[in-house]
Amino acid sequence: MKKWYFSLTVKQRKLVLRIALAVVLFAAVFTVEQLTTWHKLVYLALYLLPYFTAGYDVLWKSVRNISHGQVFDECFLMSLATVGALVIGEYPEAVFVMVFYQIGELFQNLAVEKSRRSIKDLMDISPERATRIVNGEEEEISPEEVCVGDILLVRPGEKIPVDCRVIEGVSSLNTAALTGESAPVDVSAGSKAVSGCVNLTGVLRLEALCEYEDSAVARVLELVENAGFNKAKSEQFITKFAKFYTPAVVIAAVLLALIPSLITKDPATWVYRALIFLVVSCPCAVVISVPLAFFAGIGCASRRGLLVKGGNYLETIAGAKVAVFDKTGTLTSGRFTVTELCPAGGLTEKQLLTLAAGAETYSNHPLGVSIREAAKDMNVAKPVGVTELAGRGVKADFGGGNIVWAGNAALLRDVGVDFEAEKDDASVVYVAVGEQYAGAVKLEDIPKKGAAKALAALKKIGVSKTVLLTGDRRAAAQKIGDAVGIDEVYCSLLPQEKVQKLESLLNKKAPLFYVGDGINDAPVLRLADVGVAMGALGSDAAIEAADIVIMDDDIAKLPELLGIARATRRIVLQNVVFALGVKFAVLLLASIGLANMWIGVLADVGVAILCILNSMRMLKK
Amino acid sequence: MKKSFMLEELDCANCAAKMERAIAALPDVTRVTVSFMAQKLVLEASDDRFDAVLAAAQECIRKVEPDCRIVIK
Repeated sequence: MKKWYFSLTVKQRKLVLRIALAVVLFAAVFTVEQLTTWHKLVYLALYLLPYFTAGYDVLWKSVRNISHGQVFDECFLMSLATVGALVIGEYPEAVFVMVFYQIGELFQNLAVEKSRRSIKDLMDISPERATRIVNGEEEEISPEEVCVGDILLVRPGEKIPVDCRVIEGVSSLNTAALTGESAPVDVSAGSKAVSGCVNLTGVLRLEALCEYEDSAVARVLELVENAGFNKAKSEQFITKFAKFYTPAVVIAAVLLALIPSLITKDPATWVYRALIFLVVSCPCAVVISVPLAFFAGIGCASRRGLLVKGGNYLETIAGAKVAVFDKTGTLTSGRFTVTELCPAGGLTEKQLLTLAAGAETYSNHPLGVSIREAAKDMNVAKPVGVTELAGRGVKADFGGGNIVWAGNAALLRDVGVDFEAEKDDASVVYVAVGEQYAGAVKLEDIPKKGAAKALAALKKIGVSKTVLLTGDRRAAAQKIGDAVGIDEVYCSLLPQEKVQKLESLLNKKAPLFYVGDGINDAPVLRLADVGVAMGALGSDAAIEAADIVIMDDDIAKLPELLGIARATRRIVLQNVVFALGVKFAVLLLASIGLANMWIGVLADVGVAILCILNSMRMLKK
Repeated sequence: MKKSFMLEELDCANCAAKMERAIAALPDVTRVTVSFMAQKLVLEASDDRFDAVLAAAQECIRKVEPDCRIVIK
């Protein structure tokens, strides 16, 4: 109890003390009333003591707000209801309602604060400080003070302050805060260290690549903090509803106090019932029920490396029927794998591969890089000179008149090599030594691990159609489509045609989401009902264009994202039905005389607290 | 220009909605959100009138919740 009290803010402590004092006073006055038979007004004066102790700020605020023209203010309604109860002689009732209202407000306040804090903790990725090395001396600075090119020291347990390159040291980084991925990433000299990651094992010496505000962590935080800007339809609905709800109930209260009183000549009963209406007319429980659930849903998603730019996107993707995918970098890893080696002229497969890898030593072409990757454990001879022949391949000089050609069929034909080209050879590299054909290296863009499983999971939870849009050739596109289980494949699309195709797929009744890597499909991402960018850690364009960002490039996060969106939608619905249901039930009971004012207060603050608890279930997921 | 500000002593969800409506009705405001959960005001208004709009927004907020303040860093 003591510990709890000291965890409160000053304002909350004051309220706790006031409530306690009011309860004691109330009990004392109530006892005195039972034992004595004084004049009514004496009891009124006595009951006013706990009444003002508990509610003076509510009364004062309502007076101030009336002067600002805020008639349908929560404080004003509560004041009116309790003053009304005093006027009709229900003294204990008035005091009790005020005390109970304050207890409810306090709990609501605490619960909201707690949920706010727990969501903030989830997103606690901002680095607190950086250690800069200047002339061999360490100096502690804030991350905002880091300049490009600064040399920084990060010890185990500390966060990488800005995006850096490792100069010295070997360690592993925990990227969980940014990507939701729990497996640590190993780094050593030359690798990139993304800000916000926690250094786990070794001391790292880093070179800052950008300033704090341009680093990944700052961009992510900005995005999450502004998530409230885009409100979901259900949130807009509920605030609009509240706008009419309160005046409507207040008017109903006035009518209830007047008309039946005139008919039955029993004003006390009907005025009392009308006062319950006033208590129930406070809309806060209803208004808080929806944004709270989205807040929790977005927080839950952030923890898994899924950044949602607003409740509206979570709401739309929850009901999505069509999933549209980009191929390279989304369904496939974008890296090629050597799938077949067809040596010629008496070479072994290994000889062909090392020959090709040698020729491609300095190549930046994805195919060349992948061939080098395949031969990385082999002994590869390096050429003395290389000529890149754009769009065709490379000519590598190994000295002593040894020329190796590696490239497409056109290159080898020009050289005058006698060979037979494959039929569909966009991802085949032909190799020749001089004019002697050495063989072909066949590569394939393979689907990401788990892509097929993820797509099957999407189907299972209600996505009715999956579509692939790609600029690739039919054969390659169809192959990937079949491998992962795509329903419709549209291939050989130019970027502009992708936009047109997506436009034709848009349908109000069946919302769609587009998943891409954000590199050259920003217009498509923007056009889709919900644009999801994958593997966006470090890509500004993707974070900018997308509505939801999957920080790493794990496609298995997609069904997870839909799961969170649907769970959020369920909680929103539960909260709204519950909050409104209870309110209307109490209104009904009050109008037929089966409810009292306490139940009215309970309906307001109790419902709010239960909605909060219900929403917090999201964080447990 | 779009800027976000922390709000202090924003105590009720419906008040946040009322503030939002009042600020949205101000001239020169392009878009505004008052988030009770995040305790934040996000204001988008024309660049040259931003400070005036912000002052007017504070006035709208004060009318709804007298103790609520925009924290200007």
